[in-house]
Amino acid sequence: MIKLSAEFLKGIIKQNPIFVLALGLCPVLAVSTSVSNALGMGAAATFVLVGSNGIISLIKNVVPDKIRIPCFIIVIATFVTIAELVMKAYSPALNRALGIYVPLIVVNCIVLGRAEAFASRRPLLDSLADGLGMGAGFTLGLMLISSIREISGSGKLLGYALLPGFQPALMMALPPGALLVIGVMLGFFNLLKGRKE
Amino acid sequence: MENKLIVAAAPHLHARESTARIMWSVSLALLPAGAAGVYFFGYAALAVIIVSIAAAMVSEWLLQKLTRRQTTLSDGSAFLTGLLLAYNLPPGVPLWIPAIGAFFAIAVGKQIFGGLGQNIFNPALAARAFLMASWPAYMTSFRAPGFDAVTSATPLSALKEGRLQQVYSYLDLFLGNKAGCIGEVCVAALLAGALFLLLRGYITWHIPAAYLLTAGIMHYIFGPSGIFSGDWLFYLLSGGLVLGAFYMATDYVTSPLTAKGQLIYGAGCGLLTVVIRLWGGYPEGTCYAILMMNAAAPLIDRYTRRRIYGTGKV
Repeated sequence: MIKLSAEFLKGIIKQNPIFVLALGLCPVLAVSTSVSNALGMGAAATFVLVGSNGIISLIKNVVPDKIRIPCFIIVIATFVTIAELVMKAYSPALNRALGIYVPLIVVNCIVLGRAEAFASRRPLLDSLADGLGMGAGFTLGLMLISSIREISGSGKLLGYALLPGFQPALMMALPPGALLVIGVMLGFFNLLKGRKE
Repeated sequence: MENKLIVAAAPHLHARESTARIMWSVSLALLPAGAAGVYFFGYAALAVIIVSIAAAMVSEWLLQKLTRRQTTLSDGSAFLTGLLLAYNLPPGVPLWIPAIGAFFAIAVGKQIFGGLGQNIFNPALAARAFLMASWPAYMTSFRAPGFDAVTSATPLSALKEGRLQQVYSYLDLFLGNKAGCIGEVCVAALLAGALFLLLRGYITWHIPAAYLLTAGIMHYIFGPSGIFSGDWLFYLLSGGLVLGAFYMATDYVTSPLTAKGQLIYGAGCGLLTVVIRLWGGYPEGTCYAILMMNAAAPLIDRYTRRRIYGTGKV
């Protein structure tokens, strides 16, 4: 049990996919304009991560080594399709807001990265915990970035206006704002890491 | 900066030059242009300049205290950054704009990279680009010279939108009797300051000459009524070209080191400025042109590196 919780917890800070592993930055840049988008993207990615990690961990011994990547991609694509169809059916507005970035979870480096580095060589329960932890770390990181960007870039949080008379810095809602926030956060995490060592 | 033990390669010449001396000299050279800006636009311009400098210096001090580094306020670089930022702002902006801009310049433009000498981009221009992207409405509302604060388009933006009704004489453009940013309007004052810097050897002619020459030729070639019909003098005297060429593009940290590199860099700045002005979305391209060439400066340095004597091809 302790081992499982360790596999789960490492994804949140110590090996945070966004700030420490620097994986999956493309959707982070694109969908972090608002917290609601970030939550949707985080949930979808977590679902895909847990599902694909689980299946890949189960099939790891029957998949020939040479064609493992195509096999992993098919597993991942299946879960992405499920996520996309569910999102289209129950939350079409969110699906429109996220747009192309939902199907693009297939090529998200976190998902394939965890499949290759973790799930393809570890037992089922460990892989599930790892997927859940990485998904949680991804979602938390995405929420942190998107709340900074939504507050400073449009003066709102979760769509509610915060301060009357506050003039938001438009740039923070535009692509340069995403690069700026992620760069500063990466630097900050590196600083913390340096302090600890 | 105050390190007394200096270990350097021979020859050991002693000169009175130091970072602080250069920074304060450049600030001094910029003084007449600021005075002209205040003369044309009134005390609102002075307030913008003061707030910008104060915010830059406070940010520098605060960030260096927070990161427990030696404070380097006395070297004048924060003062100069604040001054240059103010010169790049329209005179009528609300005063929180220069304050936020100066903080951005020092924090994101400079200190995040490790302080003076480490930054990739000119901090003042980076801050201007940030302000332009964030609050475009304030950053593009200019006023006509005089104390009555009538809004007016700059010559370049009026020309871009095809409604240049007022005919500007070259003398008006040269002396600064036009709408524009605080420090860019008075070309005469800018040139006087630049002459001082050139004579003192703080800047060399390479970057400004290459910059202005390329921009002038490009503007002459791509005129409104066919090729070789451009009013190049109008374009050279309008907008921030002179301020950019002599004071921004020549920033030591963000420009190439060798003379050859500086010529390439200046020509690139001129080319990009004209491309943005004539075919881009903005009426003025000096800021973005210099920022883009800032990014290219390390690359230029790499290709114009001097051969070490006795090595490589003979």
